[in-house]
Amino acid sequence: MAIDQYLRKRFFPHIWCAGCGHGIVLNNMLRAVDQLQINQNEMVMVSGIGCSSRISGYVDFHSLHTLHGRALAFATGVKMSQPNLTVICPMGDGDALAIGGNHFIHACRRNMDLTAIVMNNRIYGMTGGQFSPLSGTGITATTSPQKTIDREFDIISLSLASGATFVARTTAYHYKEITNYIKEALQHPGFSVVEILSQCPTHFGRRNKQGDATEMLQRYRQNTTSIGSEAKQKNPELIERGIFRQETAPEYCAEYAELINRAQQS
Amino acid sequence: MRQRTEFIQGNETCVRAALYAGLDFFAGYPITPSSEITEHMAAHLPRIGGSFLQMEDEISSLCSIIGASLTGHKVMTATSGPGFSLMQEALGFAVMTEIPCVIADVQRGGPSTGLPTHGSQGDVYQARWGTQGDHAIISLTASNHQDLFAMTVEAFNMAETFRTPVVLLLDEITGHMREPLTLPREGEIPVIERLRTSVPEGVDYHPYLPREDGRLPMSDFGGKHRYNVTGLYHDMWGFPTTDPKVIHGLIHHLMDKIENHAHEITRYREYYLDDAHTVLISYGCSARTALHVVTSRRRRGEKLGLLEIQSLWPFPAELVRAKCEHAHYILVVEMNMGQVVHEVKKAVQDPERVYLANRVDGEFITPTDVRNIMRLVHGRGV
Ligand SMILES: Cc1ncc(C[n+]2csc(CCOP(=O)(O)OP(=O)(O)O)c2C)c(N)n1
Ligand code: SF4
Repeated sequence: MAIDQYLRKRFFPHIWCAGCGHGIVLNNMLRAVDQLQINQNEMVMVSGIGCSSRISGYVDFHSLHTLHGRALAFATGVKMSQPNLTVICPMGDGDALAIGGNHFIHACRRNMDLTAIVMNNRIYGMTGGQFSPLSGTGITATTSPQKTIDREFDIISLSLASGATFVARTTAYHYKEITNYIKEALQHPGFSVVEILSQCPTHFGRRNKQGDATEMLQRYRQNTTSIGSEAKQKNPELIERGIFRQETAPEYCAEYAELINRAQQS
Repeated sequence: MRQRTEFIQGNETCVRAALYAGLDFFAGYPITPSSEITEHMAAHLPRIGGSFLQMEDEISSLCSIIGASLTGHKVMTATSGPGFSLMQEALGFAVMTEIPCVIADVQRGGPSTGLPTHGSQGDVYQARWGTQGDHAIISLTASNHQDLFAMTVEAFNMAETFRTPVVLLLDEITGHMREPLTLPREGEIPVIERLRTSVPEGVDYHPYLPREDGRLPMSDFGGKHRYNVTGLYHDMWGFPTTDPKVIHGLIHHLMDKIENHAHEITRYREYYLDDAHTVLISYGCSARTALHVVTSRRRRGEKLGLLEIQSLWPFPAELVRAKCEHAHYILVVEMNMGQVVHEVKKAVQDPERVYLANRVDGEFITPTDVRNIMRLVHGRGV
């Protein structure tokens, strides 16, 4: 299989549970890299801490496994110092939007050419199933035995409002969309956010009676629809998938290169 | 050729020295009394084609420079008090991943927001132990601009030599004070460049396999070797592990590479120590006061001497022990409730000779303050 060349097989087996959605993301992310024929020596993966963040150890790129929530902060330094590199940042929902929320909105605002992937399983997987800012209300987690009363973020609205110039969403069920959106995101000259609804059968599924991984994936098939579809008009509860924004705006590293020119001329 | 002398602030001196050392990447977040470092970096770096980032906080400032160091750049951030607290997690990451970087902490009064515009030396132990877990750290300081320039260059040199974060512990007083700085000529202070691996492309490179001398040649991220970097305990490929043997080896390596080279890292100045009955030990801004006391008392024939420590961590215990051997009294002059004084007590024989001369109300410690305490120590009352 073509994507084998992007894996560090020496470090397998991976740590993920059977049925975890993170593996699906890894597989289809590598397909995107493969289809774009990006030179592995120019690919950098920067991740934080969480089950999702462990993805960086398994890929044969330059890989930087950092601190919980700080992937984008480290990535900003990598990209700014070496703008020719392609930098991709897979993050968990808690990682990206609880502890890393501030870095996330500022990265959107800056519009540096980074690709942020939020692997949203609506739970803290690594630490054993506590609720996250993406869980939403009525969810059972180890820190919400009486079910959550915390409202959730909408990653798409947050990214759009914060200034990200490429924003897309899909699910682990729609694996071809994962590849397509990540491809678009990697090619997009600015800050890209791809939200991928992923499943954690071990903690989210089990506690919330959502069945095994297959059932959880089926649910994503049923409760999502393409942006602006007829189904959405009939049933506003459906979660939309697709590209919400794709527009160019001044990219940070390019703007900084201009700034250097001005400083050196004056 | 006459050398250029400028009348500038300590914070600006630090910037000039960092550029001299080859810095080309800086990220920071404004905070008094270190903001001038960030401002001068913003002015200078674009002119030399370097990178300047004003980040959203101190956490991301340190994280981003660590990322930039990995790609092969000399990097720095600067902060004070609360900002230094926010940096502790990423400081530990740089320790664990052995990524060279320099963090300037221009100390102000703490705890908390404390005294933003006043001097203090309350972060000495934070520099040592601020980040969690066993680790070694290098921390340098200086009391005047000429030394501050040299110590800043040394901070970059040591960061590269030992693959470690170095904390440059300045204070509001030296940071904001203006005094003449004679700019060193190119080559006058040695500048150490990064040790890069000679392993060719295509050959398995082990980023965390120390050479016989304990050093680990680096390979620029984005270059010809692809490897993993993690803050978890890791093996020679940089891959996470829980193997007790590997963990044992890594923690010992992280400690030994610095603690076993303490003598190489030690930096100090001494004044009139040869026949001193009373030895003052001081550092940073307080050393200016201590030096004043020592020189004026010497004029009156009193046998006072000063040991000014410039490398606070690893603490130069052997040096202190040797220099204090014949002292009747040892007076540690510092602007905190007593930090270095504990290290001195641990270092010397007969620690009952050691006294603290401090001031913690935000005002710069004066020669009178030191003299009053000295009178008490000598049993003469104030
Ligand atoms: C500063 C800090 N706080 C807390 C933790 C503990 N921690 C590790 S992973 C994690 C949450 C993981 O959840 P998420 O980011 O959603 O990723 P997932 O594991 O679900 O993929 C937490 C709270 C940590 N490592 N660092
Ligand atoms: S705990 Fe959940 S998120 Fe973590 S590996 Fe298992 S299934 Fe995946």
